[in-house]
Amino acid sequence: MVNTQKTLLTDNMYCLGIESTADDFGVGITKSNGEILANTVESYIPIEGGIHPREAARHHAEVANKTLFQALTDAKIKPKDLTVIAFSMGPGLGPCLRTGATVARTLAAYLQIPLIGVNHSIAHIEIGKLKTGVTDPVTLYASGGNTMVTAFEFKRYRVFGETLDIALGNCLDVFGRQAGLKSQKNLPLGAAIEQLARKGETLITLPYVVKGMDLSLSGLLTAAITQLQKGNHTLEDTCYSLQEHAFAMVTEVTERALAHTEKKEVLLTGGVAANKRLQEMLRAVTEEHDAKFNVVPQKFATDNGAMIAWTGILAYTHGIVTPVDESYVKLRWRVDRADVPWIN
Amino acid sequence: MDKLEQHILLKKGAEANLYLDYWHGKKVITKIRTQKKYRPEALDTQIRSYRTMHEAQLLHQAKSAGVTTPLIYMVNVPEATIVIEYIEGIQIKKYINKVSKIERKKVCTKIGELVGRLHRENLIHGDLTTSNMILDKQGTIFLVDFGLGEKNVELEAKGVDLHLLKRVLQSTHFSFWETCFNDVLAGYNLVLSDKLTEKVYEKTIEIEKRGRYVEERKR
Repeated sequence: MVNTQKTLLTDNMYCLGIESTADDFGVGITKSNGEILANTVESYIPIEGGIHPREAARHHAEVANKTLFQALTDAKIKPKDLTVIAFSMGPGLGPCLRTGATVARTLAAYLQIPLIGVNHSIAHIEIGKLKTGVTDPVTLYASGGNTMVTAFEFKRYRVFGETLDIALGNCLDVFGRQAGLKSQKNLPLGAAIEQLARKGETLITLPYVVKGMDLSLSGLLTAAITQLQKGNHTLEDTCYSLQEHAFAMVTEVTERALAHTEKKEVLLTGGVAANKRLQEMLRAVTEEHDAKFNVVPQKFATDNGAMIAWTGILAYTHGIVTPVDESYVKLRWRVDRADVPWIN
Repeated sequence: MDKLEQHILLKKGAEANLYLDYWHGKKVITKIRTQKKYRPEALDTQIRSYRTMHEAQLLHQAKSAGVTTPLIYMVNVPEATIVIEYIEGIQIKKYINKVSKIERKKVCTKIGELVGRLHRENLIHGDLTTSNMILDKQGTIFLVDFGLGEKNVELEAKGVDLHLLKRVLQSTHFSFWETCFNDVLAGYNLVLSDKLTEKVYEKTIEIEKRGRYVEERKR
Protein backbone atom coordinates (compact mmCIF):
# COMPACT_ATOMS: atom_id res chain seq x y z
CA MET A 1 0.00 0.00 0.00
CA VAL A 2 1.18 3.49 -0.71
CA ASN A 3 0.04 6.91 0.33
CA THR A 4 -0.99 9.16 -2.52
CA GLN A 5 -2.11 12.76 -2.54
CA LYS A 6 -4.79 13.62 -0.05
CA THR A 7 -8.14 12.61 -1.42
CA LEU A 8 -11.21 14.73 -1.12
CA LEU A 9 -13.73 13.74 1.50
CA THR A 10 -17.21 13.91 0.12
CA ASP A 11 -20.46 12.29 1.14
CA ASN A 12 -21.28 10.77 -2.19
CA MET A 13 -18.44 8.47 -3.02
CA TYR A 14 -19.36 4.89 -3.73
CA CYS A 15 -17.14 1.93 -2.93
CA LEU A 16 -17.77 -1.59 -4.16
CA GLY A 17 -16.17 -4.21 -1.94
CA ILE A 18 -15.43 -7.82 -2.82
CA GLU A 19 -15.05 -10.46 -0.13
CA SER A 20 -13.69 -13.90 -1.00
CA THR A 21 -11.38 -15.12 1.76
CA ALA A 22 -13.06 -18.48 2.33
CA ASP A 23 -16.41 -20.07 1.49
CA ASP A 24 -18.35 -16.85 0.89
CA PHE A 25 -18.27 -14.64 -2.16
CA GLY A 26 -19.73 -11.30 -1.19
CA VAL A 27 -20.22 -7.99 -2.91
CA GLY A 28 -21.15 -4.89 -0.98
CA ILE A 29 -21.64 -1.28 -1.97
CA THR A 30 -21.15 1.44 0.61
CA LYS A 31 -21.46 5.21 0.44
CA SER A 32 -18.85 7.41 2.07
CA ASN A 33 -21.40 8.59 4.65
CA GLY A 34 -21.62 5.00 5.95
CA GLU A 35 -24.82 4.08 4.17
CA ILE A 36 -24.84 0.47 2.97
CA LEU A 37 -26.60 0.20 -0.36
CA ALA A 38 -26.00 -3.46 -1.14
CA ASN A 39 -24.65 -6.53 0.57
CA THR A 40 -25.08 -9.78 -1.32
CA VAL A 41 -23.38 -13.02 -0.41
CA GLU A 42 -23.20 -16.35 -2.22
CA SER A 43 -21.95 -19.28 -0.15
CA TYR A 44 -20.12 -22.33 -1.33
CA ILE A 45 -21.49 -25.41 0.39
CA PRO A 46 -19.22 -28.47 0.38
CA ILE A 47 -20.91 -31.76 -0.47
CA GLU A 48 -18.97 -33.32 2.36
CA GLY A 49 -16.19 -32.31 4.75
CA GLY A 50 -14.81 -28.81 5.11
CA ILE A 51 -13.97 -26.11 2.59
CA HIS A 52 -11.94 -27.31 -0.37
CA PRO A 53 -10.04 -24.16 -1.45
CA ARG A 54 -10.02 -25.04 -5.15
CA GLU A 55 -13.70 -25.93 -5.22
CA ALA A 56 -14.60 -22.80 -3.27
CA ALA A 57 -12.59 -20.66 -5.72
CA ARG A 58 -14.36 -22.35 -8.65
CA HIS A 59 -17.68 -21.53 -7.02
CA HIS A 60 -16.65 -17.89 -6.54
CA ALA A 61 -15.67 -17.55 -10.20
CA GLU A 62 -19.03 -19.00 -11.22
CA VAL A 63 -21.13 -16.69 -9.06
CA ALA A 64 -19.03 -13.52 -9.40
CA ASN A 65 -20.99 -12.15 -12.32
CA LYS A 66 -24.46 -12.55 -10.91
CA THR A 67 -23.42 -11.38 -7.42
CA LEU A 68 -21.92 -8.19 -8.85
CA PHE A 69 -25.02 -7.61 -10.95
CA GLN A 70 -27.29 -8.21 -7.97
CA ALA A 71 -25.35 -5.76 -5.79
CA LEU A 72 -25.48 -3.03 -8.43
CA THR A 73 -29.21 -3.64 -8.89
CA ASP A 74 -29.84 -3.49 -5.13
CA ALA A 75 -27.81 -0.29 -4.82
CA LYS A 76 -29.67 1.22 -7.79
CA ILE A 77 -26.45 2.59 -9.24
CA LYS A 78 -24.50 2.11 -12.44
CA PRO A 79 -20.92 0.86 -12.58
CA LYS A 80 -19.78 4.30 -13.75
CA ASP A 81 -21.06 5.81 -10.47
CA LEU A 82 -18.42 3.89 -8.49
CA THR A 83 -15.52 5.85 -7.05
CA VAL A 84 -13.29 3.01 -5.94
CA ILE A 85 -13.07 -0.81 -5.82
CA ALA A 86 -11.98 -2.59 -2.61
CA PHE A 87 -11.22 -6.27 -2.15
CA SER A 88 -10.21 -8.64 0.62
CA MET A 89 -6.46 -8.92 0.18
CA GLY A 90 -5.95 -11.34 3.07
CA PRO A 91 -5.64 -13.27 5.27
CA GLY A 92 -7.44 -16.23 3.76
CA LEU A 93 -7.32 -19.18 1.39
CA GLY A 94 -5.11 -18.52 -1.64
CA PRO A 95 -7.33 -19.68 -4.51
CA CYS A 96 -10.37 -17.92 -3.04
CA LEU A 97 -8.51 -14.67 -2.44
CA ARG A 98 -7.06 -14.69 -5.95
CA THR A 99 -10.49 -15.10 -7.52
CA GLY A 100 -11.83 -12.05 -5.69
CA ALA A 101 -8.67 -10.05 -6.44
CA THR A 102 -8.92 -10.85 -10.14
CA VAL A 103 -12.51 -9.65 -10.28
CA ALA A 104 -11.55 -6.47 -8.41
CA ARG A 105 -8.54 -5.69 -10.62
CA THR A 106 -10.59 -6.23 -13.77
CA LEU A 107 -13.35 -3.93 -12.58
CA ALA A 108 -10.96 -1.21 -11.48
CA ALA A 109 -9.05 -1.37 -14.76
CA TYR A 110 -12.23 -1.36 -16.85
CA LEU A 111 -13.78 1.54 -14.95
CA GLN A 112 -10.41 3.29 -14.59
CA ILE A 113 -10.88 3.88 -10.89
CA PRO A 114 -8.54 3.17 -7.93
CA LEU A 115 -8.15 -0.24 -6.29
CA ILE A 116 -7.76 -0.85 -2.56
CA GLY A 117 -6.61 -4.05 -0.86
CA VAL A 118 -8.30 -4.41 2.53
CA ASN A 119 -7.33 -6.50 5.55
CA HIS A 120 -10.22 -8.90 6.14
CA SER A 121 -9.93 -8.95 9.95
CA ILE A 122 -9.84 -5.18 10.19
CA ALA A 123 -12.90 -4.97 7.93
CA HIS A 124 -14.78 -7.12 10.48
CA ILE A 125 -13.91 -4.66 13.24
CA GLU A 126 -14.66 -1.54 11.19
CA ILE A 127 -18.10 -2.66 10.03
CA GLY A 128 -18.80 -3.66 13.64
CA LYS A 129 -17.92 -0.15 14.79
CA LEU A 130 -20.10 1.36 12.06
CA LYS A 131 -23.09 -0.83 12.83
CA THR A 132 -23.00 -0.73 16.64
CA GLY A 133 -21.63 2.76 17.21
CA VAL A 134 -18.70 1.67 19.39
CA THR A 135 -15.54 3.70 18.90
CA ASP A 136 -12.64 2.03 20.69
CA PRO A 137 -13.52 -1.56 21.58
CA VAL A 138 -11.76 -4.70 22.67
CA THR A 139 -12.90 -6.99 19.85
CA LEU A 140 -13.37 -10.73 20.00
CA TYR A 141 -13.38 -11.96 16.43
CA ALA A 142 -14.37 -15.61 16.38
CA SER A 143 -15.12 -17.41 13.13
CA GLY A 144 -14.25 -20.57 11.22
CA GLY A 145 -10.74 -19.31 10.53
CA ASN A 146 -10.06 -16.74 13.24
CA THR A 147 -10.16 -16.44 17.00
CA MET A 148 -8.47 -13.37 18.34
CA VAL A 149 -8.83 -10.54 20.78
CA THR A 150 -7.68 -7.21 19.39
CA ALA A 151 -7.74 -3.58 20.42
CA PHE A 152 -6.29 -0.40 19.02
CA GLU A 153 -3.06 0.76 20.69
CA PHE A 154 -0.48 3.11 19.20
CA LYS A 155 -1.19 3.33 15.46
CA ARG A 156 -2.25 -0.30 14.97
CA TYR A 157 -4.77 -2.89 16.02
CA ARG A 158 -2.79 -5.10 18.38
CA VAL A 159 -3.40 -8.75 19.11
CA PHE A 160 -3.89 -9.21 22.85
CA GLY A 161 -4.84 -12.85 22.72
CA GLU A 162 -5.44 -15.49 20.10
CA THR A 163 -5.78 -19.17 19.53
CA LEU A 164 -2.49 -21.03 19.49
CA ASP A 165 -3.92 -23.66 17.16
CA ILE A 166 -7.40 -23.97 15.64
CA ALA A 167 -10.15 -21.36 15.46
CA LEU A 168 -13.31 -21.55 17.55
CA GLY A 169 -15.64 -22.02 14.57
CA ASN A 170 -13.32 -24.67 13.18
CA CYS A 171 -13.41 -26.52 16.50
CA LEU A 172 -17.22 -26.54 16.51
CA ASP A 173 -17.46 -27.48 12.81
CA VAL A 174 -15.11 -30.45 13.10
CA PHE A 175 -16.89 -31.70 16.21
CA GLY A 176 -20.23 -31.30 14.47
CA ARG A 177 -19.07 -33.31 11.47
CA GLN A 178 -17.64 -36.04 13.71
CA ALA A 179 -20.97 -36.19 15.51
CA GLY A 180 -22.72 -36.60 12.16
CA LEU A 181 -24.73 -33.40 12.52
CA LYS A 182 -26.29 -31.96 9.42
CA SER A 183 -26.47 -28.24 8.79
CA GLN A 184 -29.92 -26.79 8.44
CA LYS A 185 -30.88 -23.88 6.22
CA ASN A 186 -27.23 -23.34 5.28
CA LEU A 187 -26.40 -22.51 8.89
CA PRO A 188 -22.98 -23.62 10.14
CA LEU A 189 -22.80 -26.74 12.29
CA GLY A 190 -22.18 -24.48 15.28
CA ALA A 191 -25.88 -23.58 15.15
CA ALA A 192 -26.85 -27.25 15.42
CA ILE A 193 -24.43 -27.70 18.33
CA GLU A 194 -25.92 -24.67 20.06
CA GLN A 195 -29.41 -26.17 19.85
CA LEU A 196 -28.28 -29.52 21.24
CA ALA A 197 -26.21 -27.84 23.95
CA ARG A 198 -29.33 -26.14 25.31
CA LYS A 199 -30.65 -29.57 26.24
CA GLY A 200 -27.39 -30.59 27.94
CA GLU A 201 -27.46 -30.98 31.72
CA THR A 202 -24.29 -32.67 32.92
CA LEU A 203 -20.94 -30.99 32.54
CA ILE A 204 -18.18 -33.37 31.42
CA THR A 205 -14.69 -32.32 32.45
CA LEU A 206 -12.64 -31.43 29.37
CA PRO A 207 -9.28 -29.67 28.92
CA TYR A 208 -9.34 -25.95 29.69
CA VAL A 209 -6.20 -24.36 28.25
CA VAL A 210 -5.47 -20.68 28.76
CA LYS A 211 -1.83 -19.69 28.41
CA GLY A 212 -1.35 -16.12 29.52
CA MET A 213 -3.56 -14.18 27.13
CA ASP A 214 -3.74 -16.98 24.56
CA LEU A 215 -5.81 -20.13 24.37
CA SER A 216 -5.61 -23.55 22.78
CA LEU A 217 -8.61 -25.44 21.43
CA SER A 218 -7.17 -28.49 19.70
CA GLY A 219 -6.86 -30.56 22.90
CA LEU A 220 -10.43 -29.71 23.83
CA LEU A 221 -11.64 -30.82 20.40
CA THR A 222 -9.79 -34.14 20.60
CA ALA A 223 -11.09 -34.80 24.11
CA ALA A 224 -14.66 -33.99 23.08
CA ILE A 225 -14.44 -36.31 20.08
CA THR A 226 -13.00 -39.06 22.30
CA GLN A 227 -15.95 -38.67 24.69
CA LEU A 228 -18.28 -38.91 21.73
CA GLN A 229 -16.67 -42.13 20.52
CA LYS A 230 -16.70 -43.69 23.98
CA GLY A 231 -20.41 -43.06 24.09
CA ASN A 232 -20.63 -42.64 27.87
CA HIS A 233 -22.46 -39.37 27.60
CA THR A 234 -25.37 -38.07 25.58
CA LEU A 235 -24.62 -35.94 22.53
CA GLU A 236 -26.48 -33.09 24.23
CA ASP A 237 -24.18 -33.23 27.26
CA THR A 238 -21.08 -33.41 25.09
CA CYS A 239 -22.18 -30.39 23.00
CA TYR A 240 -23.01 -28.51 26.19
CA SER A 241 -19.63 -29.30 27.76
CA LEU A 242 -17.71 -28.46 24.59
CA GLN A 243 -19.42 -25.08 24.33
CA GLU A 244 -19.06 -24.24 28.01
CA HIS A 245 -15.33 -24.98 28.01
CA ALA A 246 -14.52 -23.33 24.69
CA PHE A 247 -16.61 -20.22 25.32
CA ALA A 248 -15.33 -19.84 28.89
CA MET A 249 -11.79 -19.86 27.50
CA VAL A 250 -12.40 -17.12 24.92
CA THR A 251 -14.37 -15.14 27.48
CA GLU A 252 -11.53 -15.35 29.98
CA VAL A 253 -9.03 -14.18 27.36
CA THR A 254 -11.32 -11.29 26.41
CA GLU A 255 -11.67 -10.36 30.06
CA ARG A 256 -7.90 -10.32 30.45
CA ALA A 257 -7.53 -7.97 27.49
CA LEU A 258 -10.32 -5.78 28.87
CA ALA A 259 -8.66 -5.54 32.30
CA HIS A 260 -5.26 -4.94 30.70
CA THR A 261 -6.32 -2.21 28.24
CA GLU A 262 -9.01 -0.72 30.53
CA LYS A 263 -11.19 -0.01 27.51
CA LYS A 264 -14.91 0.57 27.96
CA GLU A 265 -16.41 -1.36 25.06
CA VAL A 266 -16.43 -4.96 23.92
CA LEU A 267 -17.35 -5.95 20.38
CA LEU A 268 -18.20 -9.50 19.37
CA THR A 269 -17.97 -10.38 15.68
CA GLY A 270 -17.33 -13.26 13.28
CA GLY A 271 -19.53 -16.24 12.46
CA VAL A 272 -19.59 -17.56 16.03
CA ALA A 273 -20.97 -14.20 17.24
CA ALA A 274 -24.43 -15.54 16.44
CA ASN A 275 -24.20 -17.99 19.34
CA LYS A 276 -26.48 -16.84 22.15
CA ARG A 277 -24.54 -18.63 24.89
CA LEU A 278 -21.29 -16.96 23.86
CA GLN A 279 -23.06 -13.60 23.81
CA GLU A 280 -24.45 -14.26 27.28
CA MET A 281 -21.03 -15.11 28.73
CA LEU A 282 -19.33 -12.09 27.19
CA ARG A 283 -22.11 -9.77 28.25
CA ALA A 284 -21.75 -10.95 31.85
CA VAL A 285 -18.02 -10.38 31.86
CA THR A 286 -18.23 -7.00 30.12
CA GLU A 287 -20.78 -5.68 32.58
CA GLU A 288 -18.62 -6.81 35.47
CA HIS A 289 -15.96 -4.43 34.20
CA ASP A 290 -18.47 -1.60 33.70
CA ALA A 291 -18.00 -1.75 29.96
CA LYS A 292 -20.55 -1.84 27.16
CA PHE A 293 -21.16 -5.07 25.26
CA ASN A 294 -22.03 -5.06 21.55
CA VAL A 295 -22.72 -7.81 19.06
CA VAL A 296 -22.41 -7.15 15.36
CA PRO A 297 -25.70 -7.95 13.53
CA GLN A 298 -25.38 -11.35 11.91
CA LYS A 299 -25.28 -10.36 8.24
CA PHE A 300 -22.39 -8.04 9.01
CA ALA A 301 -20.68 -10.43 11.45
CA THR A 302 -20.22 -13.26 8.97
CA ASP A 303 -18.05 -12.66 5.92
CA ASN A 304 -19.61 -10.00 3.69
CA GLY A 305 -18.76 -7.50 0.98
CA ALA A 306 -20.17 -4.45 2.77
CA MET A 307 -17.43 -4.58 5.39
CA ILE A 308 -14.78 -4.59 2.67
CA ALA A 309 -16.49 -1.69 0.90
CA TRP A 310 -16.75 0.34 4.11
CA THR A 311 -13.10 -0.25 5.05
CA GLY A 312 -12.23 0.65 1.46
CA ILE A 313 -13.95 4.01 2.00
CA LEU A 314 -12.02 4.57 5.22
CA ALA A 315 -8.72 3.72 3.54
CA TYR A 316 -9.39 5.74 0.39
CA THR A 317 -10.42 8.86 2.27
CA HIS A 318 -7.17 8.62 4.20
CA GLY A 319 -4.91 8.42 1.22
CA ILE A 320 -4.49 4.68 0.75
CA VAL A 321 -4.70 3.08 -2.69
CA THR A 322 -3.18 -0.17 -3.90
CA PRO A 323 -1.45 -0.02 -7.30
CA VAL A 324 -2.33 -3.05 -9.42
CA ASP A 325 1.27 -4.25 -9.50
CA GLU A 326 1.28 -4.31 -5.68
CA SER A 327 -2.10 -5.97 -5.34
CA TYR A 328 -0.82 -9.47 -4.65
CA VAL A 329 -3.04 -11.29 -2.18
CA LYS A 330 -1.52 -11.82 1.25
CA LEU A 331 -2.47 -15.24 2.56
CA ARG A 332 -0.87 -14.24 5.83
CA TRP A 333 -1.58 -10.73 6.93
CA ARG A 334 -1.97 -10.16 10.62
CA VAL A 335 -4.03 -7.23 11.89
CA ASP A 336 -0.97 -5.80 13.61
CA ARG A 337 0.79 -5.52 10.24
CA ALA A 338 -1.85 -3.32 8.60
CA ASP A 339 -1.94 0.48 8.64
CA VAL A 340 -5.11 2.13 9.88
CA PRO A 341 -4.53 5.87 9.34
CA TRP A 342 -8.21 6.64 9.87
CA ILE A 343 -7.93 5.99 13.61
CA ASN A 344 -6.29 8.55 15.86
CA MET B 1 -10.92 -14.62 58.33
CA ASP B 2 -10.06 -12.84 61.54
CA LYS B 3 -8.60 -9.46 62.31
CA LEU B 4 -8.98 -8.03 58.86
CA GLU B 5 -9.47 -4.46 59.78
CA GLN B 6 -9.64 -2.82 56.40
CA HIS B 7 -10.85 -4.12 53.13
CA ILE B 8 -10.12 -1.61 50.43
CA LEU B 9 -10.42 -2.73 46.82
CA LEU B 10 -7.10 -1.91 45.21
CA LYS B 11 -7.53 -3.52 41.85
CA LYS B 12 -10.20 -5.37 40.02
CA GLY B 13 -8.19 -7.70 37.84
CA ALA B 14 -9.36 -10.05 35.16
CA GLU B 15 -9.64 -13.04 37.42
CA ALA B 16 -9.10 -11.77 40.95
CA ASN B 17 -9.79 -8.77 43.12
CA LEU B 18 -6.95 -7.39 45.21
CA TYR B 19 -7.81 -5.88 48.59
CA LEU B 20 -5.61 -3.98 50.96
CA ASP B 21 -5.99 -5.28 54.50
CA TYR B 22 -4.29 -5.09 57.86
CA TRP B 23 -3.75 -8.52 59.26
CA HIS B 24 -2.26 -8.87 62.72
CA GLY B 25 -0.80 -5.39 62.31
CA LYS B 26 0.73 -6.09 58.92
CA LYS B 27 -0.18 -4.47 55.64
CA VAL B 28 -1.30 -7.33 53.39
CA ILE B 29 -2.94 -8.06 50.08
CA THR B 30 -5.96 -10.31 50.08
CA LYS B 31 -6.32 -11.83 46.66
CA ILE B 32 -9.73 -13.27 46.02
CA ARG B 33 -10.42 -15.17 42.84
CA THR B 34 -13.98 -14.10 42.39
CA GLN B 35 -16.69 -16.37 41.17
CA LYS B 36 -17.20 -16.07 37.45
CA LYS B 37 -20.88 -16.32 36.73
CA TYR B 38 -20.30 -16.87 33.04
CA ARG B 39 -18.82 -20.33 33.64
CA PRO B 40 -20.77 -23.29 34.98
CA GLU B 41 -20.24 -23.49 38.74
CA ALA B 42 -18.43 -26.85 38.69
CA LEU B 43 -15.92 -25.66 36.10
CA ASP B 44 -15.52 -22.32 37.84
CA THR B 45 -14.82 -23.87 41.26
CA GLN B 46 -12.34 -26.28 39.71
CA ILE B 47 -10.42 -23.51 37.91
CA ARG B 48 -10.37 -21.14 40.86
CA SER B 49 -9.28 -23.65 43.47
CA TYR B 50 -6.65 -25.16 41.15
CA ARG B 51 -5.13 -21.77 40.42
CA THR B 52 -5.21 -20.67 44.08
CA MET B 53 -3.39 -23.81 45.15
CA HIS B 54 -0.85 -23.56 42.36
CA GLU B 55 -0.21 -19.92 42.98
CA ALA B 56 0.66 -20.57 46.62
CA GLN B 57 2.89 -23.52 45.75
CA LEU B 58 4.72 -21.64 43.04
CA LEU B 59 5.18 -18.46 45.09
CA HIS B 60 6.92 -20.70 47.59
CA GLN B 61 8.99 -22.72 45.11
CA ALA B 62 10.08 -19.52 43.34
CA LYS B 63 11.70 -18.37 46.57
CA SER B 64 13.77 -21.56 46.77
CA ALA B 65 14.78 -20.91 43.16
CA GLY B 66 16.12 -17.51 44.18
CA VAL B 67 13.30 -15.32 42.92
CA THR B 68 11.77 -12.74 45.21
CA THR B 69 8.05 -13.18 45.66
CA PRO B 70 5.69 -11.86 48.33
CA LEU B 71 5.41 -13.82 51.60
CA ILE B 72 2.35 -15.99 51.90
CA TYR B 73 0.35 -15.56 55.10
CA MET B 74 -2.69 -17.63 54.42
CA VAL B 75 -4.21 -19.88 51.77
CA ASN B 76 -7.88 -20.72 51.68
CA VAL B 77 -8.49 -23.04 48.75
CA PRO B 78 -12.28 -23.50 49.06
CA GLU B 79 -12.73 -19.74 49.04
CA ALA B 80 -10.02 -19.23 46.40
CA THR B 81 -8.33 -16.68 48.62
CA ILE B 82 -4.73 -16.04 49.51
CA VAL B 83 -3.29 -13.45 51.85
CA ILE B 84 0.16 -12.23 50.86
CA GLU B 85 2.65 -9.57 51.78
CA TYR B 86 1.95 -6.07 50.48
CA ILE B 87 4.81 -4.89 48.29
CA GLU B 88 5.37 -1.16 48.35
CA GLY B 89 6.53 -0.38 44.83
CA ILE B 90 5.71 0.28 41.20
CA GLN B 91 4.63 -2.03 38.39
CA ILE B 92 7.37 -2.61 35.83
CA LYS B 93 4.77 -1.83 33.14
CA LYS B 94 4.65 1.78 34.34
CA TYR B 95 8.28 1.99 35.38
CA ILE B 96 10.03 1.09 32.13
CA ASN B 97 8.03 3.61 30.13
CA LYS B 98 9.41 6.53 32.07
CA VAL B 99 13.04 5.76 32.88
CA SER B 100 16.34 6.24 31.06
CA LYS B 101 17.70 3.69 28.60
CA ILE B 102 20.41 2.66 31.06
CA GLU B 103 17.92 2.05 33.85
CA ARG B 104 15.65 0.17 31.48
CA LYS B 105 18.49 -2.08 30.41
CA LYS B 106 19.31 -2.81 34.04
CA VAL B 107 15.73 -3.73 34.87
CA CYS B 108 15.20 -5.86 31.77
CA THR B 109 18.41 -7.77 32.37
CA LYS B 110 17.30 -8.40 35.95
CA ILE B 111 13.91 -9.64 34.73
CA GLY B 112 15.70 -12.06 32.40
CA GLU B 113 17.80 -13.26 35.30
CA LEU B 114 14.72 -13.91 37.44
CA VAL B 115 12.99 -15.82 34.66
CA GLY B 116 16.22 -17.77 34.16
CA ARG B 117 16.25 -18.75 37.83
CA LEU B 118 12.66 -19.95 37.61
CA HIS B 119 13.38 -21.94 34.47
CA ARG B 120 16.54 -23.44 35.98
CA GLU B 121 14.22 -25.16 38.45
CA ASN B 122 11.68 -25.95 35.72
CA LEU B 123 9.21 -23.47 37.18
CA ILE B 124 6.98 -21.83 34.61
CA HIS B 125 5.33 -18.54 35.50
CA GLY B 126 2.57 -18.81 32.90
CA ASP B 127 1.69 -15.13 32.73
CA LEU B 128 4.89 -13.13 32.42
CA THR B 129 3.51 -9.66 31.81
CA THR B 130 5.10 -6.41 32.96
CA SER B 131 2.02 -5.87 35.14
CA ASN B 132 3.02 -8.93 37.15
CA MET B 133 6.40 -7.56 38.15
CA ILE B 134 6.83 -5.04 40.96
CA LEU B 135 9.91 -2.98 41.69
CA ASP B 136 10.23 -1.93 45.32
CA LYS B 137 12.11 1.02 46.78
CA GLN B 138 15.23 -1.04 47.44
CA GLY B 139 15.37 -1.92 43.76
CA THR B 140 14.24 -5.52 44.20
CA ILE B 141 11.94 -6.96 41.55
CA PHE B 142 9.12 -9.15 42.85
CA LEU B 143 7.31 -11.57 40.58
CA VAL B 144 3.63 -12.01 41.37
CA ASP B 145 0.54 -13.68 39.97
CA PHE B 146 1.59 -17.29 39.50
CA GLY B 147 -1.98 -18.50 39.00
CA LEU B 148 -1.32 -19.87 35.52
CA GLY B 149 2.05 -21.32 36.48
CA GLU B 150 3.22 -24.90 36.65
CA LYS B 151 6.22 -27.10 37.15
CA ASN B 152 7.23 -28.42 33.74
CA VAL B 153 10.51 -29.82 32.44
CA GLU B 154 9.68 -29.42 28.76
CA LEU B 155 11.46 -26.89 26.57
CA GLU B 156 8.09 -25.98 25.08
CA ALA B 157 6.84 -24.59 28.41
CA LYS B 158 9.90 -22.36 28.80
CA GLY B 159 9.50 -21.19 25.22
CA VAL B 160 5.83 -20.30 25.75
CA ASP B 161 6.77 -18.40 28.92
CA LEU B 162 9.30 -16.20 27.11
CA HIS B 163 7.08 -15.91 24.05
CA LEU B 164 4.32 -14.43 26.21
CA LEU B 165 6.74 -11.89 27.65
CA LYS B 166 7.84 -10.95 24.16
CA ARG B 167 4.22 -10.51 23.04
CA VAL B 168 3.47 -8.29 26.01
CA LEU B 169 6.53 -6.15 25.31
CA GLN B 170 5.45 -5.85 21.68
CA SER B 171 1.88 -4.80 22.45
CA THR B 172 2.48 -2.63 25.50
CA HIS B 173 6.00 -1.26 25.01
CA PHE B 174 6.08 -1.18 21.19
CA SER B 175 8.65 1.60 20.78
CA PHE B 176 11.50 -0.21 22.53
CA TRP B 177 10.35 -3.79 22.91
CA GLU B 178 13.20 -5.25 20.88
CA THR B 179 15.97 -3.79 23.04
CA CYS B 180 14.04 -4.85 26.13
CA PHE B 181 13.65 -8.39 24.93
CA ASN B 182 17.33 -8.65 24.01
CA ASP B 183 18.24 -7.45 27.49
CA VAL B 184 15.88 -10.01 28.99
CA LEU B 185 17.65 -12.72 26.98
CA ALA B 186 21.05 -11.45 28.12
CA GLY B 187 19.90 -11.67 31.74
CA TYR B 188 18.48 -15.13 31.12
CA ASN B 189 21.85 -16.14 29.73
CA LEU B 190 23.56 -15.03 32.95
CA VAL B 191 21.77 -17.85 34.75
CA LEU B 192 21.40 -20.51 32.08
CA SER B 193 23.97 -21.88 29.67
CA ASP B 194 24.47 -20.47 26.18
CA LYS B 195 23.17 -23.72 24.79
CA LEU B 196 19.93 -23.71 26.77
CA THR B 197 19.37 -19.98 26.20
CA GLU B 198 19.73 -20.54 22.49
CA LYS B 199 17.42 -23.54 22.52
CA VAL B 200 14.73 -21.65 24.42
CA TYR B 201 15.12 -18.65 22.12
CA GLU B 202 14.77 -20.84 19.05
CA LYS B 203 11.66 -22.32 20.62
CA THR B 204 10.10 -18.87 21.02
CA ILE B 205 10.68 -18.25 17.31
CA GLU B 206 9.12 -21.59 16.47
CA ILE B 207 6.09 -20.81 18.67
CA GLU B 208 5.72 -17.41 17.08
CA LYS B 209 5.65 -18.93 13.62
CA ARG B 210 2.85 -21.24 14.70
CA GLY B 211 0.69 -18.15 15.18
CA ARG B 212 -1.98 -17.52 12.62
CA TYR B 213 -1.10 -15.58 9.48
CA VAL B 214 2.52 -15.02 10.41
CA GLU B 215 4.24 -13.94 7.19
CA GLU B 216 7.58 -15.52 8.05
CA ARG B 217 6.06 -18.97 8.25
CA LYS B 218 6.96 -21.33 5.45
CA ARG B 219 5.31 -24.63 4.83
